[in-house]
Amino acid sequence: MSELRELYQQVILDHNKTPRNFGKLECANREQEGYNPLCGDHLHVYLQVDDDDVIEDIRFEGSGCAISKASASLMTDAVKGRSLEEAEAAFSSFQALVTSDVDSPVDEAQVGKLAVLAGVREFPMRIKCATLAWHTMRAALNQQTVPTSTE
Amino acid sequence: MTAPTPTLSPPPQAAVATPSNDNLDVEAVRRDFPILQQTVRGKPLVYLDNAATTQKPRAVIDAVTHYYENENANIHRGVHFLSQQATFAYERARGRVGKFLNATDSSEIIFVRGTTEGINLVARGYGRAKVGQGDEILISHMEHHSNIVPWQMLCEENGASLRVVPVDDDGELVMEEYERLLGNRTRLVAVTHASNALGTVNPIAQIVSLAHNRGVPVLVDGAQGVPHMPVDVRQLDCDFYLFSGHKLFGPTGIGVLYGKRHLLDDMAPYQGGGSMIKSVTLEKTTFADVPTKFEAGTPNIAGAVGLAAAIDYVNDIGQDRIDGYESGLLDYATQRLGELADLRIIGSARQKVSVISFVMNDAHPHDIGTILDSEGIAIRTGHHCAQPLMQRYQVSATARASLAFYNTRDEIDALTDGLVKVHEVLG
Repeated sequence: MSELRELYQQVILDHNKTPRNFGKLECANREQEGYNPLCGDHLHVYLQVDDDDVIEDIRFEGSGCAISKASASLMTDAVKGRSLEEAEAAFSSFQALVTSDVDSPVDEAQVGKLAVLAGVREFPMRIKCATLAWHTMRAALNQQTVPTSTE
Repeated sequence: MTAPTPTLSPPPQAAVATPSNDNLDVEAVRRDFPILQQTVRGKPLVYLDNAATTQKPRAVIDAVTHYYENENANIHRGVHFLSQQATFAYERARGRVGKFLNATDSSEIIFVRGTTEGINLVARGYGRAKVGQGDEILISHMEHHSNIVPWQMLCEENGASLRVVPVDDDGELVMEEYERLLGNRTRLVAVTHASNALGTVNPIAQIVSLAHNRGVPVLVDGAQGVPHMPVDVRQLDCDFYLFSGHKLFGPTGIGVLYGKRHLLDDMAPYQGGGSMIKSVTLEKTTFADVPTKFEAGTPNIAGAVGLAAAIDYVNDIGQDRIDGYESGLLDYATQRLGELADLRIIGSARQKVSVISFVMNDAHPHDIGTILDSEGIAIRTGHHCAQPLMQRYQVSATARASLAFYNTRDEIDALTDGLVKVHEVLG
């Protein structure tokens, strides 16, 4: 039960119920769709990147489980107002966090609020739920032309 | 030279639960399945993912072990003792399957890896020759991807088109539409016996009869049919019938394609290689007769042996008894899940196998799956390889409990309690 509580922490439940930056971004100049073909999760990430390579705005929409929705919501909070370089660094540290050993310490200074998602490490089948939004955002920033897939 | 008759050591007689009355002694049955004795996350395992794969009784596990310990050799080749034993075991399994489906002859039974491979075999061997430019293949909206994708590939290749029989809100095929869609260009009907995602049992005999009136053959995906009800391919009069061993309490990697002999005789081989030939020169090959023509390479001999043991096990309990027990369990599960106010069951056909798909307000199926898992309860969550059907009901995924005859009412109660807990966890 404690592992389950660790996974479904209050912050995650809150972001699942009332996701931040949810909905279409009309003035987006980067966007991408992401799929998890194994479970049917599907989301769309929109970004508005200015001339100085700063993420002015970011929004997402789609359907998914509590973990994928909360992760997308937390991601939008984490990268809004950041430079592309900082967003890339956030991607890397998040990826490192959720794929690290269960027992390894979480560097909260580095990952900040995203630390609440460390609980997925106990649930290997759910890691892709947590990373779908991040991979999709990265694909949008790299201006990939095909939708992102977790597989 | 006459080959010596192999001395066969009898396969092990594993204990099989055979209750004396019409009711199934589920506790005795459960003792036949070693895996059901374990705990998961500190709780007794509640295995409700039987439409994905079933667990194996001791009789199957022992038969496979016995084969490898006593009979293993390659088949249809050697003149030596073990090769004859292995060949005998493999062909005996084919005979068992033939009887199980009531095929006219065991040569109508082709061993394949599973239902998926069997459908691909028909799409290549039959479809390529018989389905041409402008022709149509008729499937239903409730098909598993394995009964959609091979036909799409064939249509793409041959310039044919795929027509789809709709399903209604209850999850039943719209038969009027089926009759309407059966047209002059229909070359094959490919339909599931029972839906893996909804549980719906389709009226196969009626589907076949309507198609045959127009001279159209019918392929039936029996992956979810055979585990739940007696199947008589001659009574159904279907032209092809497929199922997977692992969904019938047998091993993975073995499945069956039944085909009417005259259709199989006309079909081109699926794969070329060893075993499937009469003679080979560097210029030309003469193919073997059915069923060997379709079984290139060394087959899954142990899998066939295990499947035969699974069929024997199911026959010993009795498919009618299994059907009766599962119907009672399905009714109970439908009633218990119906008590949960925010739960919606998807699929309420009049005739169902023991599969219940459902969604809950404010709880994604994946979260339901993880929370139930923490209680030792295994269900399937996702699109069940039936994405078009999910789109039909406007859901991206469902949670699915699929029951076998070793499941109990106590386990249904555990599932119901677990679902109550979903809201406690998700708040």
